[in-house]
Amino acid sequence: MKYIVAIIQPDRVDEVLRQLTEKEIHLVTVSTVLGRGRQKGIAEVYRSHKEAGSLLKKVKLEIAVNDTFVKPAIDAILTGARTGSVGDGKIFITDLHDCIRIRTGETGNEAIG
Amino acid sequence: MMDKADTAWVLISVALVLLMIPGLAFFYGGLVRRKNVLSILMQCFMIMCLLSLQWVLFGYSLAFGPDIKGIIGDLNWAGLRNVSFNLPHWDPATNSSYASTIPHQAFMVFQMMFAVITPALIIGSFAERMKFSAFCLFILLWATLVYDPVAHWVWGKGGFLGQMGALDFAGGTVVHVNAGIAGLVGALVLGKRIGYPDNISPPHNLPFAVLGAGLLWIGWFGFNAGSTLAVGGLAVNAFVVTHIAASTAGLTWAVMDLIFNGRPTVLGIISGAVAGLVAITPAAGFVNVMGAMGIGLGAGILPWIFISLVKTKFNYDDSLDAFGVHGVGGLWGALATGLWATKTINAAGADGLFYGNPGQFLIQLKTVAIVLVYSGGVSYGLLKILDAAMGLRVNDHEERVGLDLTQHREAGYTILD
Repeated sequence: MKYIVAIIQPDRVDEVLRQLTEKEIHLVTVSTVLGRGRQKGIAEVYRSHKEAGSLLKKVKLEIAVNDTFVKPAIDAILTGARTGSVGDGKIFITDLHDCIRIRTGETGNEAIG
Repeated sequence: MMDKADTAWVLISVALVLLMIPGLAFFYGGLVRRKNVLSILMQCFMIMCLLSLQWVLFGYSLAFGPDIKGIIGDLNWAGLRNVSFNLPHWDPATNSSYASTIPHQAFMVFQMMFAVITPALIIGSFAERMKFSAFCLFILLWATLVYDPVAHWVWGKGGFLGQMGALDFAGGTVVHVNAGIAGLVGALVLGKRIGYPDNISPPHNLPFAVLGAGLLWIGWFGFNAGSTLAVGGLAVNAFVVTHIAASTAGLTWAVMDLIFNGRPTVLGIISGAVAGLVAITPAAGFVNVMGAMGIGLGAGILPWIFISLVKTKFNYDDSLDAFGVHGVGGLWGALATGLWATKTINAAGADGLFYGNPGQFLIQLKTVAIVLVYSGGVSYGLLKILDAAMGLRVNDHEERVGLDLTQHREAGYTILD
């Protein structure tokens, strides 16, 4: 099992979710986050006072998958989120130790599905 | 002679001016950080409740009651004794009336709203760091020792600034200069917020500020056009010049932002509109529409320069620019009234410098100087005494956590559910 964390542009969320659904990946948690990378933020100005180095709004997707779904999930995110310009985001993948479905108490691969 | 139309217009204006207080609450409330939004709304509501009572119990009598040596009213009208709900005011000493066509209490309640909103303007300067208990006491004392006398000087029968010929149609000096300088003193006495200027988050909800500025603009028609206390041409003039000054100043501020900061900003255009409303306030019953554009232009430029350059240079924390907008805008408006006032608009007024009467400009200058010194001085003394007696500021921990939670045990926004 793998745990995939993807940081993407907010306007790409719908497309990524569509791509994931096409590959039959339904389990996903979405949150809005602030962050920065090489893209840097856009400075804000309030009554001539500049707010330097402001953070950018991004969306974080968290997806837990069985090993067979790792490649499809990555493909879905790449297809959906890539615009080709700086700031498209990152995908992080880690091993997932376990997963438990709260309703039934099932664990591991069955629980993710 | 009582006039039903006049009475109706004044009562509507009272409600419009009251609308400015929640308007101001949202204007200021949107500009603070999330953790302090309720503290601003609370302070505004507390001022409405507290000072409305102060006004009927003794404030109105001090400000407008029978004159004592041009300085203050006596207490003959305390508790609204001798203030009729169905007959107009009549002053036998001067054989005149504050408003001869409306019941005395209609005039009283119209003036009440001015007495309420003036202290509310001050809170922008010491936002996000003042102890609620100290705030309540300060506001009550300030209304009694500063607002009531200054209102008497300019508007009360026999008040010495009014006698001197000072023109202040709806409160440029009494309301805005008065509150603005008290705000500046407040910002200096309380000191900067932790992290000011570089580590203070930007306004937490600009749409609130836009909503608030919009309500202020609407309410200001009652403030200025209501100040004629009668229906007629002068009310129409006040209404039109109020709107045009606000429009001119909002546009000007946006252009200043565009030229010097690269983009026209939302906070800029609403700040400009409010500054324009402030500046036209003393002039609304004395200038024509070209004068209003001149006043609006100055209101878009002078407060902008002050907030962008002067405040930055002296590095004091007038958190929401109560002085920058109301003080500077009010000073400009009071002086500009001495430039553009013309008797062709109001025969009971005076001509200004541009209409061949430079003396009026000097009277205006003298009036604002007296109010600056008095209001600034008494505000300083009051704050110092309260600081020694009970402390003005919340402690560092409370300031970091925010006033909503520490002063009121509430949160403006929940994250979950």
